[in-house]
Amino acid sequence: MLDMTPKEIFERKALRINPAKTCQPIGAMYAALGIHGCLPHSHGSQGCCAYHRSHLTRHYKEPVMASTSSFTEGASVFGGGANLRQALKTIFQVYDPEIVAVHTTCLSETIGDDIPSLVKKAREDGIVPDGKYVIHANTPSYVGSHVTGFSNMTTAMVKYFSEKNGGRTSAINIVPGYVEPSDMAEIKRLATEMGLEAILFPDTSGVLDAPQTARFSMYPKGGVKVDALKKTGSSRATLSLGKFASEAAGALLEQMCDVPYQCLDLPIGISSTDRFIEALIEFSGQTPPATITDERGRVVDVMTDMLQYFHGKKVALFGDPDHVISMTEFLVDLGMKPIHVVTGTPGKYFEHRIKKILDGKVKHANVRAFSDLFMLHQWIKNEPVDLLIGNTYGKYIARAEDIPFVRFGFPILDRIGHSYFPTTGYRGALRLLEKMLDAILDRLDRDAPESSFELVM
Amino acid sequence: MRKIAIYGKGGIGKSTTTQNTVAGLAEMGKRVMIVGCDPKADATRLMLGGLAQKTVLDTLREEGEDVELEDVMKEGFKGVRCVESGGPEPGVGCAGRGIITSISLLEQLGAYDDEHELDYVFYDVLGDVVCGGFAMPIREGKAEEIYIVLSGEMMAMYAANNISKGIKKYAESGKVRLGGLICNSRKVDREEELIRAFAEKLGTQMIYFVPRDNMVQKAEIHRKTVIDYSPDHPQADHYRNLAKAIEENDMFVIPNPMTQDELESLLMEYGLYD
Repeated sequence: MLDMTPKEIFERKALRINPAKTCQPIGAMYAALGIHGCLPHSHGSQGCCAYHRSHLTRHYKEPVMASTSSFTEGASVFGGGANLRQALKTIFQVYDPEIVAVHTTCLSETIGDDIPSLVKKAREDGIVPDGKYVIHANTPSYVGSHVTGFSNMTTAMVKYFSEKNGGRTSAINIVPGYVEPSDMAEIKRLATEMGLEAILFPDTSGVLDAPQTARFSMYPKGGVKVDALKKTGSSRATLSLGKFASEAAGALLEQMCDVPYQCLDLPIGISSTDRFIEALIEFSGQTPPATITDERGRVVDVMTDMLQYFHGKKVALFGDPDHVISMTEFLVDLGMKPIHVVTGTPGKYFEHRIKKILDGKVKHANVRAFSDLFMLHQWIKNEPVDLLIGNTYGKYIARAEDIPFVRFGFPILDRIGHSYFPTTGYRGALRLLEKMLDAILDRLDRDAPESSFELVM
Repeated sequence: MRKIAIYGKGGIGKSTTTQNTVAGLAEMGKRVMIVGCDPKADATRLMLGGLAQKTVLDTLREEGEDVELEDVMKEGFKGVRCVESGGPEPGVGCAGRGIITSISLLEQLGAYDDEHELDYVFYDVLGDVVCGGFAMPIREGKAEEIYIVLSGEMMAMYAANNISKGIKKYAESGKVRLGGLICNSRKVDREEELIRAFAEKLGTQMIYFVPRDNMVQKAEIHRKTVIDYSPDHPQADHYRNLAKAIEENDMFVIPNPMTQDELESLLMEYGLYD
């Protein structure tokens, strides 16, 4: 399928081929689903909403509920105010959510609809019932990526809910970043095991990994509650995991409610998880329980047992910036050589950070933000790799170049497991080790001549 | 059918000049349609004796896409067909998109079809070409002749020069051409000479110099064109002459817009301070 990708690299300025990112509203919709009883609302044409819902459904294999302002030609001329009013009326009469989280689209951003004043008017006119909430985030897709959209909606949760009441609780806030429901549950578990009360937002665990109960529930039992969101303003601190997806929310909380924040990398792999646990130790004043130290010990055990299969292997890696930064560090920890590293999300920090991680470890590496899979493929053609790590879209490159492939990040449209088993924390590191080893060893088995086809590896 | 768009700085008198000229053409027995492309929807007021018909976009909003031509088109003075595109209230929505929507809808409804035997269509467009929507009448061969209404005031000439840039952009890929400048006098010193010189620099002509006369405003207050309100007044003849000049015009050019410096030195030359 990608047989025609040329090896020779030409300079490209405007053109993206097979982008490594998607629209802001997808991230906003995903974040909104991490509030309990929340209906994401897409303020734009129907097609936007349909695509975003179906993309999330294909990844999580769960129904994704969201409403739309259903723009027509008229709405694009006169503004979408009337559509939003009608939508809110219908939503509260028929679907009765606790919260509606409105995100904009390219169209409504370009015509300049002012969501807060439209919502204010709707509330004054009794369209939004007392005790119900409507929040909003501006999410034009021509800015940033789905990660930006996630960050914007997460920041909106702070803007609309966090209250400064003068008091300080012992709780900490954790902004987990654009990770799986399984990861959010894992991050919460680690904080709890460290003896901390944590408010995690957004929290899609129990929403997009909900069990089959033979009964449809429009609003699954998971998600962070509004009361908890209000209390984030009196927590003692915020941990933002991932600069791209989570820092903005932490920074706003500090600015609005004087809650100090720290921005850490996503706890993927051993070093970044260590730093996360160290931060939790500082807050709790406790040494980690045996459950956590044992988990870490297992990761170290596998790393040393299987070192010979990881060491010196060349890797191409792509995905969302926060994921790729932590994963690059993990690969370096394993003695691997990430030589081609791409994210589709713009942001110079990405390149600086990756180069810093690789400094002194990997001599020549191609690193680029705001790039695409075509670029990655061309780099691979010029310098082949032993392993490709990235989301489902990487399978075409893996097939064209016959490279072992590990699915990691968003979206994964052709396998399950990611929403149930974390890649964060030490358990997540163990899972990543297993997946990478499986891919590498399967390839060794496939290619081995009979004389060296080993029973024990 | 000749397809004409009138552009010019806001408040320069585009709608007034257009309607008075169209009255002249109608008097000559021409069949004319005016399409107002301004959210204020006042481009056909003098033809209809007031703001009479529903705008295309109002109709679209209220009745959906199931609109009929009769819903949006009214006949005014001497059978001139009048359409207002309309648009959103100030500060909301997208007026530019409104013009695109409205013109496409008129095409779908067959407003320009041969059966109407139109001799002229006039697009009367809001002051500045601020975005793609306001350039709609000169895109895709909709209007083929542009006349710019201006006066000897500096800002009116600035705007005219900018509009010329827009025309040049679309002329290179299509049929649109500049037909001339219409000077709507503000009684600036040496105004006629200045505009003639400006026209020459742009590579076009000053097609007519309309002197200032209070009769225009008087007629306007009575919701009429001068030709309709006071057919024997000398000002009515000026509009008849302008109509005739347009009817007989055969000078259609791709303009050469001036640079800022050139424009300013032209103004100096014609001595705003003499």
